[in-house]
Amino acid sequence: MIIESTASGLLGNALSLTVLFLVVALLAAAYRLIAGPTLSDRVVALDLISMLLVVFLVVFKMISGVNAYIYVAIGLALISFLATVAFAHYIDRTEGDSDE
Amino acid sequence: MSDAIAAFLFVAGGFFCMVAGIGLIRLNDVFARMHAATKAGTLGLGLICIAVMVKAESLLHVAEALFVFLFMIASAPVGSHLIGRASWRTRVPMDPNTQIDPDCSMFRRNRAR
Repeated sequence: MIIESTASGLLGNALSLTVLFLVVALLAAAYRLIAGPTLSDRVVALDLISMLLVVFLVVFKMISGVNAYIYVAIGLALISFLATVAFAHYIDRTEGDSDE
Repeated sequence: MSDAIAAFLFVAGGFFCMVAGIGLIRLNDVFARMHAATKAGTLGLGLICIAVMVKAESLLHVAEALFVFLFMIASAPVGSHLIGRASWRTRVPMDPNTQIDPDCSMFRRNRAR
């Protein structure tokens, strides 16, 4: 399925540039996710990746003109907060055992 | 006119998201990286949601973009605080230049000079 961009002209160029910036940010976060020295670094990188996916869905709603994508962004925002809380408890539980 | 405003806000939001990614690579320890990811990322998301609100067709679309924005600025600091507290408790190593001042003896010392 080919999604045609509904925005053109100045707004279309701005949306292309925004997507380029988001891809650079995603690559940087993926580098930190792979190379992070501690578990907390990886969790921070994963948190940023999920936030960037929400941003990308909001931008993609604008590119495609399909309004349903913003509902996906709302759902992903809810899920990513739960994932962050769960990972924080995981950090607390796994590495705290050796110190106490 | 609204096209130009929305285009500027989109590019600014994408730029701040890229700053968040670069900060995640270049900063030195977990706490500084968390600062970059949370603050710059939330600012980028806010600018992009405002851009979508500028170009929205009806009041319902404005409300949906506003909901994404409000939910992320409510949940991102909470999640970041939880990660920071867990990192502090498990003694994640800090940058060697970090100075800890428990009784605030150096507070406002530099500014009075």
